[in-house]
Amino acid sequence: MNNNLYQYLLQLGDNALILGQRLCEWTGVAPELEIDLALSNIGLDLLGQANQWYEYAAELKGGDATPDTIAFLRDAHEYRNVQLVELPNGNFADTILRAVIFDTFNLLLHEALTQSSDQRIGAIAARAVKEIGYHARYCKNWTLRLGGGTEESHQKAQKALNDIWDYAFEALTPGPVDHWAKEAGIGPDLEQVKSKWEATLQQVFHQASLQIPKPGFVDRKAKSEGIHTEHLGYILAEMQFLQRAYPNLQW
Amino acid sequence: MKDWPLWEVFIRSKNGLHHKHAGSLHAADAQMAIENARDVYTRRNEGNSIWVVKSTDIVASDPEDGDMLFEAAKSKIYRHPTFYQLPDEVNNM
Repeated sequence: MNNNLYQYLLQLGDNALILGQRLCEWTGVAPELEIDLALSNIGLDLLGQANQWYEYAAELKGGDATPDTIAFLRDAHEYRNVQLVELPNGNFADTILRAVIFDTFNLLLHEALTQSSDQRIGAIAARAVKEIGYHARYCKNWTLRLGGGTEESHQKAQKALNDIWDYAFEALTPGPVDHWAKEAGIGPDLEQVKSKWEATLQQVFHQASLQIPKPGFVDRKAKSEGIHTEHLGYILAEMQFLQRAYPNLQW
Repeated sequence: MKDWPLWEVFIRSKNGLHHKHAGSLHAADAQMAIENARDVYTRRNEGNSIWVVKSTDIVASDPEDGDMLFEAAKSKIYRHPTFYQLPDEVNNM
């Protein structure tokens, strides 16, 4: 098995799965019925994407591996998502600011992946990029509304951005697997993605009257070494409970 | 968010058909209304075009006037084009 490719697929799938799980936590408690449905829709898009990445990863791994075993039977240190997507939802502004930062990156990444030298990755990305394009637009529009809305919404959006900004850069900082993917023509040069990402976000935050904070601690190693925040364990505990308590349960 | 206006949503299910009223929703502005309509009313592949209009912009007939407006048409069956022989080539009329 090509372990680099496997790890690369986990990075893609785990980001989608964990953010999807987080967004689905809004089901039933979002500020408006319409937002409830929108966030759940986005979450379900992401779960669908995760499933496709995991199908490919499971084929590579062979044996008894399936998308379900990859999602439900790995422990936190084996997950390769970035720390950003596992952070708690917080208030609505926290969720939206996390989403606009991640989705802007995710859209640029998937646009580049449609050109991947790996045709399977290119095909999955081509399908996902339409969904992610909508996610990015939805979160951008909400960022503009919150930033330019009332004094309270502006303050909450600015605080959300301040709180989360340190986590923004992990996805854009190449790890060993990203270097491998770039050399193999499978994934993009993250430095190039980063400059487009920064330009896009600068424009959005400027339009939303939000100040970009100075990044503090940015040396995060969740996607490259599985060093996560404490939050991921709680997500997995809830998400994996049934498969752990009743192995091979189906419904 | 309680003061968000109500919007009426019209969805066209296929090219060539017309937009049909799908329901209503709350949104702060037209852009949000389109996004919300997409998420609320097209998540099961119901459409390929959305119209939204503020509910307050719709002018409706008065139910009290129902008899006056509509009763007269009920007895005029000759206004339906059912008395013609249609050629077979005409499928939909």
